[in-house]
Amino acid sequence: MTRLATLGLAALLPLAATAQTDPADWDAVLEAADGQTVYWNAWGGSTTTNAFIAWVGDRVAEEYGVTLEHVKLSETADAVSRVLSEKAAGEDDDGAIDLIWINGKNFAAMKENDLLFGPFAESLPNWALVDQTKPVSVDFTIPTDGYESPWAAAQVVFMYDTADLAEPLPDMAAILDWAQANPGRFTYPQPPDFLGSTFLKQALYGVIDNPDVLLEPVNDADYDAVTAPLWDYIDALTPHLWREGRAYPQTGPRQIQLMADDEIDLAISFSPGEASTAIANFQLPDTVRTFVPEGGSIGNASFVAIPYNSGSKEGAMVVADFLLSPEAQARALDPQNLGYGTVLNVSALPAEERALFENIDLGIATLGPDELGPALPEPHPSWMARIEEDWVARYGVAAD
Amino acid sequence: MTDALRLEDLRVSLRNETLFALDLEVMPGHVTSIMGPSGTGKSTLLAAIIGTLRPPFEMSGRVCLGQTDLTPLPPEARGIGILYQDDLLFPHLSVAENLAFGLSPRLRGRAARRAAVDAALARIDMAGFGDRDPATLSGGQKLRVSLMRALLSEPRALLLDEPFSSLDVALRQLMRALVFDQARDRGLPVLMVTHDPEDAEAAGGPVVTLGG
Amino acid sequence: MGWVSRRRVLPALPALTLAVLLVPLGAGLIGTLGPAFGWMPGLAGAQPGLDAFRALLAWPGLPRAVTLSLSTGLAATALSLAIVALVTAAWGGTRVFAALRRLLSPLLSVPHAAAAFGLAFLIAPSGWLMRLASAWATGLERPPDVLIVQDPLGLTLIAGLVVKEVPFLLLMTIAALGQADATRAQTVAQTLGYGRTTGWLKAVFPRVYAQIRLPVYVVLAFSMTVVDVAIILGPNTPPTLSVQILRWMTDPDLSLRLQAAAGAVLQLALVLAALALWRLVEIATARLGRAWVLRGARARLGEPALRGLSVLPAGAAAATVLLGIAILALWSVAGLWSFPKALPDQLSLRSWMRHGPELAEIAARTVTIAGLATLASLILALGCLEAEHRDGLTLRRTGLWLLYLPLLIPQVAFLPGVQTAMLLLGLDGGLFAVTAAHVIFVFPYVFLSLGDPFRAWDTRYATIACTLGARANRVLWRVRLPMLLAPVLTASAVGVAVSVGQYLPTLLVGGGRVPTLTTEAVALASGGDRRAIGVFALAQTAAALVPFALALILPRLLYRNRRGLLHD
Repeated sequence: MTRLATLGLAALLPLAATAQTDPADWDAVLEAADGQTVYWNAWGGSTTTNAFIAWVGDRVAEEYGVTLEHVKLSETADAVSRVLSEKAAGEDDDGAIDLIWINGKNFAAMKENDLLFGPFAESLPNWALVDQTKPVSVDFTIPTDGYESPWAAAQVVFMYDTADLAEPLPDMAAILDWAQANPGRFTYPQPPDFLGSTFLKQALYGVIDNPDVLLEPVNDADYDAVTAPLWDYIDALTPHLWREGRAYPQTGPRQIQLMADDEIDLAISFSPGEASTAIANFQLPDTVRTFVPEGGSIGNASFVAIPYNSGSKEGAMVVADFLLSPEAQARALDPQNLGYGTVLNVSALPAEERALFENIDLGIATLGPDELGPALPEPHPSWMARIEEDWVARYGVAAD
Repeated sequence: MTDALRLEDLRVSLRNETLFALDLEVMPGHVTSIMGPSGTGKSTLLAAIIGTLRPPFEMSGRVCLGQTDLTPLPPEARGIGILYQDDLLFPHLSVAENLAFGLSPRLRGRAARRAAVDAALARIDMAGFGDRDPATLSGGQKLRVSLMRALLSEPRALLLDEPFSSLDVALRQLMRALVFDQARDRGLPVLMVTHDPEDAEAAGGPVVTLGG
Repeated sequence: MGWVSRRRVLPALPALTLAVLLVPLGAGLIGTLGPAFGWMPGLAGAQPGLDAFRALLAWPGLPRAVTLSLSTGLAATALSLAIVALVTAAWGGTRVFAALRRLLSPLLSVPHAAAAFGLAFLIAPSGWLMRLASAWATGLERPPDVLIVQDPLGLTLIAGLVVKEVPFLLLMTIAALGQADATRAQTVAQTLGYGRTTGWLKAVFPRVYAQIRLPVYVVLAFSMTVVDVAIILGPNTPPTLSVQILRWMTDPDLSLRLQAAAGAVLQLALVLAALALWRLVEIATARLGRAWVLRGARARLGEPALRGLSVLPAGAAAATVLLGIAILALWSVAGLWSFPKALPDQLSLRSWMRHGPELAEIAARTVTIAGLATLASLILALGCLEAEHRDGLTLRRTGLWLLYLPLLIPQVAFLPGVQTAMLLLGLDGGLFAVTAAHVIFVFPYVFLSLGDPFRAWDTRYATIACTLGARANRVLWRVRLPMLLAPVLTASAVGVAVSVGQYLPTLLVGGGRVPTLTTEAVALASGGDRRAIGVFALAQTAAALVPFALALILPRLLYRNRRGLLHD
């Protein structure tokens, strides 16, 4: 008990989250990284992502002598709690995690609890190639401050099966009309699943007049007024959902499986290329296409962050930098591999590297950059927390 | 030369209640029969002599072979052989391996041990049975093998726990003769537990009745 | 010399074994109670007190989640026990029963998650049974919008638990039958004019139940708290309490960690309450049963119907698991396979090739952990049993209860605490720590599986061997273990199967650095890629089943000329 208490106290002391090597001295970083093993904790629920991470591992091993191990998570939050337990136990120098695929709530939680190393992102050599007009410096309205490095851009699209639903639906009202006319053919992942919550936010954007209020922390005074149209919308929609809203798919890929089984005809996705990739992998029929609602859809970026207690920070930075290389970005963009949007400013790249991107066949279901429409910013996370809580109370525990 | 098996004031009790008390001497080459209805502790007596008696049973007194007190020795050091009603041949070993298990470790060398096993098989009219599975033998054959296995370990006394009761009548006489003859030839003191008066009669020695 | 040191080590083994099981358990419970009452170093804003419980009670899904945990657990246990009792009563000792036993015993080793996936793939509205029906009967072009899998009442979850618990309880019952002298008692009852089933229920069941009481409690505790099966088959609006605890535990909002710990304490209390309730029902049933026996009713009329009916659910359980695995296998080689086709459009090894290299590495790790954990458990179990044999040091009474504790206490209630404790001791992560954690769950099964055959062994063989001059160790190695080869191998296979199926211990203690087939399969489950799930669930099943096959085949090969050891 004494020992527990001592360690507990130690964990409460402020910790200096400094690297062994200064991120700005990139040659020194490369030297230190050679021979390090980096445990990258990333969601393991998608076979295509797993294959991409394995490829990254091969490449950084060849190029920089960094061994990359993919620790497959079913929930990114597992990694957060891991770092927290390590901090509680006083493991401050060589934690189990060196790199985390992260964004949104998980990033906010780690940053708030001083669990991250940095700033490092803007010292990466490939940062110069990043398109600053994309949401790469703000994550759910939280400034990244260099504590996480972007590696993929995402934007909400809806996937629809043209075998059952001929034309794209222009807005949220049209989605409701269609769902009422075709009961049981639409659903969304169950909030607080990330994608399900995104659907709620997208719906919120579609039903409120002044979306600017969403960029500020939630205000108790007008929360009810702001979200009332959303709950009206969801109340109207729910009885016409798949299984009458008494059950929901737990994740995005589960939703894709439902579409493949022809249980649903319409589904939300946070990756414009996901449908094409799924078609290439037999996971969706080739009649699936995508659309974005008029007025745009929510866009954000996926990041990687380094825990304060990683023992291989240099190796982790090298991986983060490699993820920003045109080679890795082009590979991720190819729907044969991932179909993830790039965070680079492609038009500013040298011709040879630009060709890597221009030669990619985006696939039959992927919208071109001009068709995607504007990317709407993520609301402040406090909105999401309240909306999720509300959703759970209204629909998440109400089965009968 | 062999010694007599002596039970000196051997008393076995269960929770402070005496089951039986014995004081007897079995001379080399002689058979003493212990009789009594079931439940009088015949098997417990044998366990006490072999050294496998367990709590809650308790014993006092001594088990001696000649001048040697066996009481403090573990079972494997007492040099007392036993035959049960069931043959208890090790089912995972062949007939020859069963015999070799009993053969004294003092006999060294594969060839010599194999020869000793073969000779033992010949003595019980079972030459050529060495590689057989014990489960394929007849009841009489099994008893002969287990007798020979016990004898090959060169015991200094032999205990019999109703060894013939599972045999049919004709075979029973043959087997009694074989066992008693072998024991007599080696001058072994034999203590036999039985509830069959014919066994005791054939043994020809003194009869002690337990309980009742 | 060796004799002296043996005497020192062996008698200490039972105590050592209990320490191996109970020290982590105790540490884990403390590690859960702490946060539940607000003690969590490193978490800003954690204050000692009852805040976590207040937050737990404020969760609107709590009543339903608690009800689900209780109802699914009790229903699955009662159903499984009823099926096993009836089928044993009606068919025990017959060829049908022997066939059923042979069919069900390998199913015991099929990991829960794999069986659950199989069931889901079978009975979902877009599942294989509906596809078959579409082809021949309903003509449906699209799956009907009905809620089967993940229904709010948890009926599918109950079914998924029953198909896995029936084999377990049946094998436990068969083991108990030997000790209850069942055949003769049933015969006596029949000669007194009782029908086969009635006679068994009146004369044999009470004694058998006394023997399988602890396994039944294990089934109850497990069914109430299972996580992986509940994620796959259970409801989500809300989920069962244990799933919700795991969600809080893995929520990015770290303060929910405290609420999760409070939930874990509640879960523990629920399990204890359910066990107490079960015990009360036991007592009441025993009273009613005694009255039923005293009335002496022979009731032979319903017997044939009962016999026919009793074999159905047991057979259905077996068929479900087998068919489910077949469908998993089919998905693992399927190309495009859309509804309502009963078979895939094309077959392709693509999924296997894509996952092949990774699969090989993970399978090797899984087998290594399972092998080491089983070996350690086997050594401890044999040591305990041998100590019992040589020195009369027995684990039978309180010891047996202690042995069952790791199986009775919900994993979600103490594993997070174990993780923290191991971190504090610097034992964190790695193969060794995961293996040690597996031993906590593997050992009880190995010991229970080995205990009966070990004790049933005729010790006169040991006496004979002793009188032939063999010392205790020689008796053990040359006589007892070779004769008990089949049960030792079976116990090993059970151990491997238990280890292969462990999800939470592997994930939490290994810190995610030690992926096994199970953690990979469950991680994939959240993605819903049926082909990948098929590949991993099938590999997981194979890792558990192959040792069983070996345990069956090896003794038959080695002892092909030893009829005395092949009677079963």
